[in-house]
This record gives sequence, C-alpha cells and structure tokens, in this order.
Amino acid sequence: MSKPMGKLLRRREVVKYLLADRGDILVIGGLGAPAWDITNAGDHDLNFPLWGAMGGAAMLGLGLALAQPKKKVLVVTGDGEMLMGLGALATIAVQQPRKLSIVVLDNERYGETGMQETHTAHGVDLAGMAKAAGIAQTLAVRTQAELSRLKQRIYAGEGALFAQIKIDPEKLPLVLPPRDGSLLKHRFRAALLGANAAHQ
Amino acid sequence: MNPHPPSAAVILYYPLRSFPPIHGIPMKKNAESAWPDEVHALLSAAGVRQVAIVPDAGHARLIKLCEKDKAMRVVRLTTEEEGVALLAGAWLGGEKGVLLMQSSGVGNCINMLTLPLACQFPLLMLITMRGDHGEFNPAQIPMGNATQVVLEAMGVIVKRADQEEDVTEMVSSAMRLAFNTYRPVALLIGQRVSGAKDFRKLTQSVSK
Repeated sequence: MSKPMGKLLRRREVVKYLLADRGDILVIGGLGAPAWDITNAGDHDLNFPLWGAMGGAAMLGLGLALAQPKKKVLVVTGDGEMLMGLGALATIAVQQPRKLSIVVLDNERYGETGMQETHTAHGVDLAGMAKAAGIAQTLAVRTQAELSRLKQRIYAGEGALFAQIKIDPEKLPLVLPPRDGSLLKHRFRAALLGANAAHQ
Repeated sequence: MNPHPPSAAVILYYPLRSFPPIHGIPMKKNAESAWPDEVHALLSAAGVRQVAIVPDAGHARLIKLCEKDKAMRVVRLTTEEEGVALLAGAWLGGEKGVLLMQSSGVGNCINMLTLPLACQFPLLMLITMRGDHGEFNPAQIPMGNATQVVLEAMGVIVKRADQEEDVTEMVSSAMRLAFNTYRPVALLIGQRVSGAKDFRKLTQSVSK
C-alpha cells in the first residue's frame, strides 16, 4: 500500500472524524473508496453504500433529504463520482434541502481503476461549481481546522452544504460493506422507518 | 418490361409533384384529454410525493397538476438519470415518487437503472413517446425506436398505452407493479395519444 505523500488529509481519518458520534445522521457512500471509507468508520444500519450507480450519490441524497426533511443527510463521495453527475449540483441548489451535505473526498484520481487523474487534478474547482450553482454553503477543506468547521456545519444542518476535501491519493485496503443491495435497503429502511417498513 | 405497370388511376391519385408534405399529425390539446387529470388523481391517491421531471409536451398538463398539488414536490432534473437516483433515495426515506420523461431520455438512464434493479427499489417511469406514431423529426427516430428494447434489455418491465382511453388504467397497472413488487416499471405512452408535433404549424406561427 502506498504511503501518505505529506500534509494532505487522509481519507480514512477524515471520514472517521466526520462520523464519530454520528447520532441519527443518514449516510450515503458513493461507489468505490468512499463506500469503503464509511464502512471502515463502522458499518451501520443508517449507511447506504453504493456498489454502482456512478454519478448518482448526490441525487440519492437529495431524494432521501426531501423525504426526511427533519433528518440530516450526509453524502460522502469521490471527485470522479461527483464529476459524472455535475448536473445534480444545479438540481440540489434549486431544491435547497436544509439538512443535506455533500462531501467530496478529492484525491484527484480515479482510485479504483488505476489512479488515473480526474479533472480536479487539472484545476477544476468543484466547490466553486457548487457555489455557482447556488448551493447555500460551500467549503474547500485542506486542514484539520477547516475539517472541524465542516463537521460543525454538517451537524448544525442549516442549509444545503457542499464541501470539497483535498485528500492524499493513497491506495488503501478495501473495507467492504455487504454487497446485497436489497439487504442494504431493508436494514436502512427498518432503522429509519421502523420494522413495519418492510410491509409498505 | 415491367409486368405490372401502375394503373392510370394510381398515377392520377398520387401525382409525384403534388405529394403533400407531411409535417406530422397535429397535436391534440392535452386539455381535451381526461387522462392527465385521472393520472394525477391516481398518483395522489397512491401517496406519490416526489415528482421528478424532464419535461415533455405530452406531460405538460400532468406536470401543471402536480405543481399545483401541495402534497407533491416537483423536482426538475438536468438529466433523466438524476430522477432514477432521486427516487431510490425517496424510497429509502419512505416516500413514493414518479419519473415523468420523454422517450429520448431513456438512453440517459440506462446505467443508473442498476440502482433500482440491484436493490429492488420500486421505480415508476411514465414515458411519453417520440420517434413513434407520425414523427416528423428524423433525430427522434433512433432513440424512439430503441426505447422499449433497451429498457427491456436492462430488465425493466415495459408496458404500452397507445389509446387515450387506456392510459389511466395502464398507469394504475404499472404503478401497482412497481410499488407492490419492488422493481422498475416503465409505461410508454404512445405518440398516438398526444399526437406528433406539427412542425408546419409551428413554423407558420413563428413566421407570421
């Protein structure tokens, strides 16, 4: 496994920190490393890790946030995944869900396919795009202090939020969640809606 | 020598030079159709809350009705695949939804359909057809012609309604299939129901 390259934040520590004392926050993990990261922080019934559907994580979060406006929803995804569904930034900005946070772990790479560079390695500013789309709060995060402010804002749940966290492009062992999509769906709904959810 | 020369009657009836240009079969006004109101009532009674749309003329009245309905949230999308993911999230959160779109958007959805297929999410797609009955625009044909095949290739259940009077019943049927059996179901509403866009009329109305 590759070693960290310097002062960049490290993805597993970032996600563990964001999910420590998570309360009843609902968490979506974009396909690939972010799904392993949220699982590494502790597999949880209120995690919905994606095994596919590239480009759909933020929209999945929007549908959930609109259905559960009182709950905080956190989407953790990667730069490649977000780049595939940029239109979602506009769609989310128009809907202005109050408690939806999208956090992009930006290693400037397609990590699962051989660490090829994404557009963010060439200056594409995702937080800037989110801001231009009209998302209420946007943050670029590079330091622990900025990460700490981000966590406060996520758990305050005061308006749609988008954060781009620059992270180390390290390659880490996979930490796999269950693969059965139906199981992931059922356990999430049962934890959120109660055991009767299966009879809906 | 041609053993079957065309008869004089046929030549007289179809003189090549006076072949009328075919600009499409005139569009019926949705206001005259009962189905958008009936379908809105059906969706409402079923508790549909999230209405994901990329607009089509054939859905115009239904979209208006959903926008006026305070119990429904209309979510405009930039591309149809967003709606597939949105409605999976809605179901995770305990809400039902519907995706209203045109057949040309089906191609945009294909990989995202993995989500409802792999996780058994219900997904109701009401798709008005282009590239179908009386189409004028050549660019609508490839996707219109492939719509049903590509959806079925992905494992989506596809139903069709080609008569106005069938639409409401078919929506009801598709909705029950989707929500009772937890899978993506697409209802294709044929161009014969809403009529093809009449480009000649549109051209004249702009140039006058």
